Amino acid sequence: MKNRESVKLFLASLAAIACGLLVGFIIIMIANPSQGVRAFSIMLQGGFYRGLRSTGQVLYFAVPIMMTGLSVAFAFKCGNFNIGATGQFTVGAFTSIFLANTLYGVIPDSVLWIVALLGAGIAGALWALIPGILKAYKNVNIVISGIMFNYIGMLLVIEGVKAFIYDQAGARSQTALVAIPKMGLNKIFPGSDINAGTIIAIVVCIVAWYILNKTTFGYELKACGYNQNATQYAGMNDKNLAIFSLLCAGFFAGLGGGLTYIAGTGKAISTAEVLMVEGFNGIPVALLGMNSPLGCIASALFVSYINLGGNYMQAVNIPVEVIDVMVAVIIYFSSFTLLVKGFIDSYNKRKEKGLLPSDGGSE
Amino acid sequence: MEYAIEMLNITKEFPGIKANDDITLQVKKGEIHALLGENGAGKSTLMSVLFGLYQPEIGEIKINGEKVEIHDPNDANRLGIGMVHQHFKLVHNFTVLENIILGVEETKRGILKYDHAREKVMKLSQDYHLNIDPDAYIKDITVGMQQRVEILKMLFRNNDILIFDEPTAVLTPQEIDELMKIMKMLITQGKSIVFITHKLNEIKEVADRCTIIRKGKYVDTVDVATTSKDKLSELMVGRKVNFDITKKAPQIGDVILEVEDISLSTEKGHKPVLNHVSFEVKRGEITCIAGIDGNGQSELIYAIYGLLNVDAGSIYLNKEDITKDSIRQRSLKGMTHIPEDRHKHGLVLDYNLAENIILKNYFDENHQKFGIINFNKMYSEADELIKKYDVRSGEGSRSIVRGMSGGNQQKAIIAREIEANGDLLIAVQPTRGLDVGAIEFIHSQIIAQRDAGKAVLLVSLELDEVMNVSDRILVMYEGEIIADVLPEETTEQELGLFMSGSKRGKGYEK
Repeated sequence: MKNRESVKLFLASLAAIACGLLVGFIIIMIANPSQGVRAFSIMLQGGFYRGLRSTGQVLYFAVPIMMTGLSVAFAFKCGNFNIGATGQFTVGAFTSIFLANTLYGVIPDSVLWIVALLGAGIAGALWALIPGILKAYKNVNIVISGIMFNYIGMLLVIEGVKAFIYDQAGARSQTALVAIPKMGLNKIFPGSDINAGTIIAIVVCIVAWYILNKTTFGYELKACGYNQNATQYAGMNDKNLAIFSLLCAGFFAGLGGGLTYIAGTGKAISTAEVLMVEGFNGIPVALLGMNSPLGCIASALFVSYINLGGNYMQAVNIPVEVIDVMVAVIIYFSSFTLLVKGFIDSYNKRKEKGLLPSDGGSE
Repeated sequence: MEYAIEMLNITKEFPGIKANDDITLQVKKGEIHALLGENGAGKSTLMSVLFGLYQPEIGEIKINGEKVEIHDPNDANRLGIGMVHQHFKLVHNFTVLENIILGVEETKRGILKYDHAREKVMKLSQDYHLNIDPDAYIKDITVGMQQRVEILKMLFRNNDILIFDEPTAVLTPQEIDELMKIMKMLITQGKSIVFITHKLNEIKEVADRCTIIRKGKYVDTVDVATTSKDKLSELMVGRKVNFDITKKAPQIGDVILEVEDISLSTEKGHKPVLNHVSFEVKRGEITCIAGIDGNGQSELIYAIYGLLNVDAGSIYLNKEDITKDSIRQRSLKGMTHIPEDRHKHGLVLDYNLAENIILKNYFDENHQKFGIINFNKMYSEADELIKKYDVRSGEGSRSIVRGMSGGNQQKAIIAREIEANGDLLIAVQPTRGLDVGAIEFIHSQIIAQRDAGKAVLLVSLELDEVMNVSDRILVMYEGEIIADVLPEETTEQELGLFMSGSKRGKGYEK
């Protein structure tokens, strides 16, 4: 039954995506009837439009949202809505550049990028720790504290950038002096920005899945997410579990920040007071991925693919705004998976007059 | 005589289970027809079929002699079928009137009109002596009143066939009497009632006829007046039920649990919930804490188990002071606990049966290595326990617990706690909301634990259970223990006096 249920969820995801594409198509036909079909086909080709180079870009752009998506999904499995992924991502991003540039020359490059990444993850985890403690001991709503910590994180990072790693030439930080190695991936996907970050992100997702589903720690975390009273009754430390789930989520988001900003693509932190979008974009990725760490890999790749395809549409003079709307619509519709599953269920119910999977034997 | 409802040869399957197998139910016009069966027998499924929530694979439904197809509750409503669910479907921050009209609102240019509805509700309320205040908020009225709102909802929709799904489970004895009166009045007005229950006394009191189903199969339809309670229960369970509990004389051993002068206040400045409570529980003995609900029994158990910290006093398990120990330490030292609220504490409802069975020992070396859970072992162990304790569910050890019936959920908890093999078994209202078959099973398990030399601490609100199962009775009143008696040396009347605080036992005088 479990398998049948996941097959159905998968089908529902595909159907939701198809709906999104359809609506996207309608929008583009309204915006630009003459070039609409061509533009749409460019977008669909997305990750293959320029051959392997595009595929490499899809893999590269998927990294940040895969990590923030994982962060949201992991926390969700443990009963928390981690809207603070943005703040954790930002803090992680700053820490990675800060560590990379201040320790440059002190630690050999081959180790420094690892130190910077770990630092980013730990910084993200610590940033999630405070809302976690507030939640566990003072029952402060995690959404409220998470949003506040997004802003606190952003403003602190801006001050940090100005104080330690400011680039005098522009209103932004320096770029990192070390980069995650490419491990030959740039040879497979020539011309793209891909690096080992993609592999790291995928491995981290798999590890997170393994932790959640196979270990006692994951068993405790999920139990706590489902029913905190029962975990208390069973003698688990429910307060610590709530904190640990956010620590892990924060680590993933922070690591995402590090993977993005020391990717060797010259990304710098802006000192404009704007929240980084990668954190919020993790929410639809998590939803689309059914809050499963493995699902996040697939959904992050999908979102990245559509985004890249959207960018290529500029080639036929579709304005960037329309592209953004379209991509948003597709992603938005794609997260209607559960709705679609509901349709499938009620359709089955009518069609088969009964044989729907249900809580068998319920009284 | 014409039938109001005929459900003929209904079969409804779920994956892995035939919930209804060729069941026939015929309800005459103007009768109260009881539907009797154990938890999991398929009563609710059958009613869901009637109500249009499920579609049967085989069988047909006739209403007033006409064959009908019921696809959803709206169809059922059109046919005059209404249902009071076990868990009420009311909006808590709406008024009574708003709840009653919900779904059939009368509007004028998009604005709600209450006048007609109010008139009709008031008239119905008067006709049936329901004494409803239409402007009260649901959250402010008692459970019994909420149930009347549900009844009014059906009357407001002109339903003639009323289904009551275990309506008495949530009511106090007085409210139950009231409900019985209302039901009798409803049939004099030409309504037909299907009364789902597993309480035999209530059937004897109000029902005209009774259809019994067992494990999804039709057993019989009998006249209530000419059928004895024993016969009814035998039909329901499928064998003779032993209402009298037979047990050997207790072999009392050492003190296992000692509670010494504990006090507890949940709120500062308030009267203490526990007031200098002291008692002992010995090996081979079932010590029962009796009392009216809310006199500190729950808090006492929470304190012993470690869910609450005491303000003063000590708790000893096997002569070892455990007052400051965590729940995990206490359970490792041999304390097991069948909790009062199985949904809140006892189970993770979204975990499957096997995952719930390892809830308290997933961390020991049998179940994990280097922090990785041994799932094969988990499932094979769960399968054994399911067999041993006869836990029934759709998909065995992989069934999600939320979908299981209450009795089987409770059996799963009992399997887990008894198999933990501790010295002390705490059982808090272990038979609450269960049917006679399950109650008998649970009582026999508890007595078997006693005979195996365990110390048992039982908390019960049911006098029958207190008198029949226990070896020693402690009565709690307002956070104090006010009597310590042996069941052979007391009567239900005397216990009633203790429980209401009108009398105190020997050695507990003020």
